[in-house]
Amino acid sequence: MRSRIPGAHRAAVGVACLALVVAACGGQAGESAAPTLNPDADLSKQTLTISNWAGYMPDDLPARFEAEFATKVTVTNHATNEEIMAKLTAGGDSGIDVAFVSGQFAQALAEQGLLEPIHKDAIKNIANLYPEAQDLGYDKGNRWSVPYAWGTTGLCYRADLLDFTPDSWYDLLTPREGVSGKTTMLATERWLMLPAQKALGYSANTTSADEMAKVKDLLIAAKDTLLAYDDTTFYSRLVSGEAVLVEAWDGWCNYGIAENDQIRFVIPKEGSDLWADTMVVLKTSKNKEAAHAFIDYVLRADIHSWVVENILYKVPNKAAMELVDASLAGTYPNLGMTPADLLKQEGLVDLGEAGPMYTKIATEIAAQ
Amino acid sequence: MTPGPVAPARGAPRRRGLTERVIFLGPGLLYLVVFFLVPLAIIAGISFLERGRFGGIVFAPTLDNFARALDPIYLRVLTSSIGLALVTTILALFLGYLTAWGIARLPRRWRTIALILVVLPFWTNFLIRTYAWIVILNSQGPLNGALVGLGVIAQPLELLYTPGAVVAGLLYAYLPLMILPLYAAIERLDPELREAAANLGATPIRVFLTITLPQTLPGVIIGSIFVFVPSLGNFIVPELLGGGKLIMVGNLIRDQFLKARDWPFGSVLALAVIAALAVLLVVQAQVSRRTATTTAPGA
Repeated sequence: MRSRIPGAHRAAVGVACLALVVAACGGQAGESAAPTLNPDADLSKQTLTISNWAGYMPDDLPARFEAEFATKVTVTNHATNEEIMAKLTAGGDSGIDVAFVSGQFAQALAEQGLLEPIHKDAIKNIANLYPEAQDLGYDKGNRWSVPYAWGTTGLCYRADLLDFTPDSWYDLLTPREGVSGKTTMLATERWLMLPAQKALGYSANTTSADEMAKVKDLLIAAKDTLLAYDDTTFYSRLVSGEAVLVEAWDGWCNYGIAENDQIRFVIPKEGSDLWADTMVVLKTSKNKEAAHAFIDYVLRADIHSWVVENILYKVPNKAAMELVDASLAGTYPNLGMTPADLLKQEGLVDLGEAGPMYTKIATEIAAQ
Repeated sequence: MTPGPVAPARGAPRRRGLTERVIFLGPGLLYLVVFFLVPLAIIAGISFLERGRFGGIVFAPTLDNFARALDPIYLRVLTSSIGLALVTTILALFLGYLTAWGIARLPRRWRTIALILVVLPFWTNFLIRTYAWIVILNSQGPLNGALVGLGVIAQPLELLYTPGAVVAGLLYAYLPLMILPLYAAIERLDPELREAAANLGATPIRVFLTITLPQTLPGVIIGSIFVFVPSLGNFIVPELLGGGKLIMVGNLIRDQFLKARDWPFGSVLALAVIAALAVLLVVQAQVSRRTATTTAPGA
């Protein structure tokens, strides 16, 4: 674990104070270790605010939880990790109790001291997780986060509109005649860099400025061949035929496959990433008992498997995956990937001091 | 003229005038100070600080953010944004002038209906209206379908995710803001002035250039500013219709706060735009003062 920088923290709190003008900024964010949970807390008196990607949990999940625990649940959406990070690191209490963020961002939040440690005694269903999912690089032992879904990134394409079978990141980055102008790439920082990093044989977590300069050049050259950068609707562009080959997270490719059986997913031969999206509890939360109850509820085999059936993502929950109907993996082959398959890819971790370099490169590619 | 008791008569209204000013201007001023001047000061302050590793700011004074903004990459974004906003404004001025002129010449009861039609699009959410352009312009969309179907073109045109698509979206969004002030200016025109000029032998073009245009110049300028300013700062249209490949300075600023978490650099960019707009407003004030004096009766 890298040491955290207390200065950044105080500065953030300072801005919040300044912005509010009123002198209502009392408690420092980095107070002493959190007390244990109150086992007798009345959950019906607690309320939960959960921030998640739109459509990343079944719409009626909050209502089901509410019906069982009488805790009022409010859901807010974020479009990207960066957006929720901006909210959570702006200083003060964001009002969010549980946030869904990718593993490397959970790591960064933990290093800043913004997270409540996971009280495993309050999450009995954590035993349902695959052993492989208990020891991922961004948070070994799941001390600060609980994985919700995991997978990899690859190429999602229309088999009927391509006269070859793509198997390399270069098929995306230097597209052939007829494919050029009909590709999309993810624009969210880490996955913007991933295809070029892997194509060039670098680590997806590289902190080398020289390597990243080459990554940047390759991505700027690729930009001219793109239809668009797209994090959210790339699968529907495949369905309409507007795009024929896109960079996609495995689960999202399934949304395309659901509408058109000519859509396929492939992990390029140069390799890819292993990402995990996690649930974290904010230290500022005043509803920590309910927050833990919610995570425990999601990890229940019958609930988490129902999540798989509805959002078509793999979950790191052994008991839940075993409940999922095997025919689903027939329709959506990437659901059949085993934890061992996934672990062949490179786990994403926080970049530490190199983070701003990635951000700057992403900005420069966008401005190009 | 009745020479009344001078001193009290003058004193009383002046004191009342002050209370009146406080009552009428106070709330607005207070609002602007708290929600405009104070945030502006915060942004100005942040622009001299360093970004923290996880975002936020570190209290370490620096000028690096300003130096970075002068990098050709970012200057190009600023100039291309100004270019796109300018093209939008010129097109809006042309279309808006014609439309406003047409509306002003309609029979009175039709004018109200026409004006309602102009603002009618505002009843629908801006995002939805912009998404509609994606449907219209995409390569599998109705426009390309119609053109191919009619045999005008053989292959669908790449209309979407181009600068043209961004201008189309901005023009559509802000055209009403051009039409309304132009209509107000044109409707006030005294038709007898134009008739007099024509009777004295001026060609229609001369009448327009020497009589109509100068008199509607304040409307032209206000409409242009109403279109130019939000076009320059818009980030939704370039994101949706530019496909994220073409970014304007608004996207760059938004990204610094929401994606890059680089508040200091975002603040510098925001200040640059504010400075550019401040120059524009000064020009506008100068021009309207001059037209006010030259067109004032007896001047």
